[in-house]
Amino acid sequence: MAIHIDPDKCNGCGLCIPACPFGLIEVVADKAQVGEGCTLCGAYQEACEYDAIIIEVEEKAAPSDRFRGVWVFAEQRDGQLKSAAYELLAKGRELANTLGTELCAVCFGHDVAGLEELIHYGADKVYLADDPVFADCQEDLYAGRLASLISEHEPEILLAPATSLGRSFIPRVAAILETGLTADCTALEIDEKSRLLLQTRPTFGGNIMATITCQTRRPQMATVRPHVFRKGVPDEKRRGEIIRVDFDREAVTSRTKLLHFVADLSERVKLEDADVIVAGGRGLGEAENFQLLAELADVLGAALASSRPPVDDGWIPYPHQIGQTGKTVCPKLYIACGISGAAQHLAGMQTSDVIVAINEDANAPIFEVATYGIVGDLFQVVPLLTGKLRDARL
Amino acid sequence: MNVVVCIKQVPGTTEVEIDPKTNTLIREGVKSILNPFDVYALEEGVRIKEQHGGKVTAISMGPPQAEEALREAIAAGADEAILLSDGAFAGSDTLATSFVLAKACTKIADYDLIICGRQTIDGDTGQVGPELAENLGIPFVAYVSKIEEIKDGRMRVRRMIEEGYEVIEMSLPGVITVVKEINVPRLPSLRGMAKARSAQIPIWTAQGLGVPMEKVGLLGSPTRVIGIFRPQRTRRGELLQGSLEQQVEELVDKLRQAKTV
Ligand SMILES: Cc1cc2nc3c(=O)[nH]c(=O)nc-3n(C[C@H](O)[C@H](O)[C@H](O)COP(=O)(O)OP(=O)(O)OC[C@H]3O[C@@H](n4cnc5c(N)ncnc54)[C@H](O)[C@@H]3O)c2cc1C
Ligand SMILES: Cc1cc2nc3c(=O)[nH]c(=O)nc-3n(C[C@H](O)[C@H](O)[C@H](O)COP(=O)(O)OP(=O)(O)OC[C@H]3O[C@@H](n4cnc5c(N)ncnc54)[C@H](O)[C@@H]3O)c2cc1C
Repeated sequence: MAIHIDPDKCNGCGLCIPACPFGLIEVVADKAQVGEGCTLCGAYQEACEYDAIIIEVEEKAAPSDRFRGVWVFAEQRDGQLKSAAYELLAKGRELANTLGTELCAVCFGHDVAGLEELIHYGADKVYLADDPVFADCQEDLYAGRLASLISEHEPEILLAPATSLGRSFIPRVAAILETGLTADCTALEIDEKSRLLLQTRPTFGGNIMATITCQTRRPQMATVRPHVFRKGVPDEKRRGEIIRVDFDREAVTSRTKLLHFVADLSERVKLEDADVIVAGGRGLGEAENFQLLAELADVLGAALASSRPPVDDGWIPYPHQIGQTGKTVCPKLYIACGISGAAQHLAGMQTSDVIVAINEDANAPIFEVATYGIVGDLFQVVPLLTGKLRDARL
Repeated sequence: MNVVVCIKQVPGTTEVEIDPKTNTLIREGVKSILNPFDVYALEEGVRIKEQHGGKVTAISMGPPQAEEALREAIAAGADEAILLSDGAFAGSDTLATSFVLAKACTKIADYDLIICGRQTIDGDTGQVGPELAENLGIPFVAYVSKIEEIKDGRMRVRRMIEEGYEVIEMSLPGVITVVKEINVPRLPSLRGMAKARSAQIPIWTAQGLGVPMEKVGLLGSPTRVIGIFRPQRTRRGELLQGSLEQQVEELVDKLRQAKTV
């Protein structure tokens, strides 16, 4: 594969320069030149009015039409399906409808409750591998079994949650199948002309969004950030099929073994499921001041969260961290106290329904995403707010 | 214990701007650094060597200037460094990158553990570590926050997950990715810096690694970046007015009306 500029046709007009998303084109001695790092995306080929840009793409067999269907990996833990499973079904249903194809869920676990619900939320089929060894999420076994199921049924798209499990074992599935994987997507769309999945994801710590396609291989695989898509409305009349698939325990050995699990007990209300979250940042000044937020959280029945600096300084454990390298949440109400609103933090909470920001700096970027902002000292505002809410309840 | 640490050179800031006139990433004046998470990976490698003997080899796939990052790795305690560089590698996605890294590890041959960072701060995928493990056909554990014990070809680690942490035993050789909770990296020593300046850093090319051209670079990369844009901040903040008390009162009213509380 290569890109050429036809020196006879190029007149150095420079129309192509702004069209390259990576800024790789220069006009030298009245001819365009392409620098290193070109991804052959073709964006500026269209911009050239003189047909001087030639992209040679070696004839790769286009992906076969055999590959049909949208698959969703439905993650469970301790026999309970995670909410991400339903979110992916809602998006997956939309994609499958556009493509005019079926939507299948894949679930690995043991005695998983509520599998029918996967159908109510949109799946036409559920592939279930039920085995006691799947009770703990054994990634070696997961990766091998998911890859073999995909090879057998040949879906065109696979979506999985970008949880710590998904981000760890789905890349291995992509490597086994030698196909493309887009990480941590926040938007998915079908280009109807080409049937391609347009996968959009944050990069550079959330400062730049990139749209990515996987043109020549199948399935097109994406991990999807939890809580970005909304779960749908269940339809209890929907019918579908639960298909049990076998798992040959003898054939594979897991080379990793879970010895035990230590739960984080500091979480009184589970962050991912909380309707209201009160979050504190460096503006709190010291560990003890989280108490102030804990009181506000108590009145609201809210979960307590944090930006990264308080976690780094040991004021609150890591499972409370919201953001690019922490959790993504989407509560009805997110109250950010003493948080500046760095892109890495916004990445984890900006889809919340209502965002309240309390910060003494009127120019803090958190106010750009806030529904309501109070510019002021949190040590005054938070107790006032806690008091008002408490009074309102009595 | 011979440890291979994979490192990537990245732009020193994530605050990259898009030029409003040309809609391109502004690259001028952004200096390159060692990916922050890879600093923890290196430190952990050096600590393992100090405890168990052996050596630490840093490898990086990238353009010629990635050599700077490898010198930094030597200053941080790596014994040797290898640059994987070839025009044919340009444009590699995570599948192609992990393929090249796997070939390099196979050529190094004598390794017990490969350490990667949890993710980079530019591409940000966190996929290279697990894809590398799969390419080599060896075990993998992500998000390691502590190595508890290494004994008899096995390693016991803590792995961070949403709900707390898991203690996992893995057989070696294997691949782990590490989080910043795992250690506090030391500052480079004067001796290390002197060593870094004089170190010979061999370059392994596609041919030297024996990688087929269709497996690397754009040809070997199923994914394509077809466009970039700045995220849209959907909301414009409404700043409440009046005394703090009035503002708090108004806020509570608004939240009540919206039935949020
Ligand atoms: C690779 C990488 C990953 C990252 N991942 C994450 C992540 O997952 N999550 C995350 O949050 N960050 C993450 N960060 C860090 C991020 O870039 C910011 O540094 C961080 O979010 C800042 O936290 P903060 O807002 O609490 O602190 P600061 O930016 O220091 O802001 C403190 C704010 O408090 C205000 N303040 C101070 N005192 C008061 C007061 N008395 N009353 C009211 N307001 C007050 C100040 O005006 C200021 O706006 C990451 C960074 C990198 C490089
Ligand atoms: C805007 C943008 C979006 C992209 N999105 C995707 C995508 O969704 N899917 C995809 O497959 N590719 C994607 N890529 C390509 C990807 O960034 C490159 O393949 C890159 O070489 C490695 O990926 P990463 O930076 O995400 O590394 P990560 O997987 O985040 O890196 C994890 C660890 O692997 C090691 N490592 C990574 N790269 C190297 C290296 N070159 N040499 C040595 N060790 C290394 C380091 O230890 C690092 O800490 C994207 C590129 C851009 C510019």
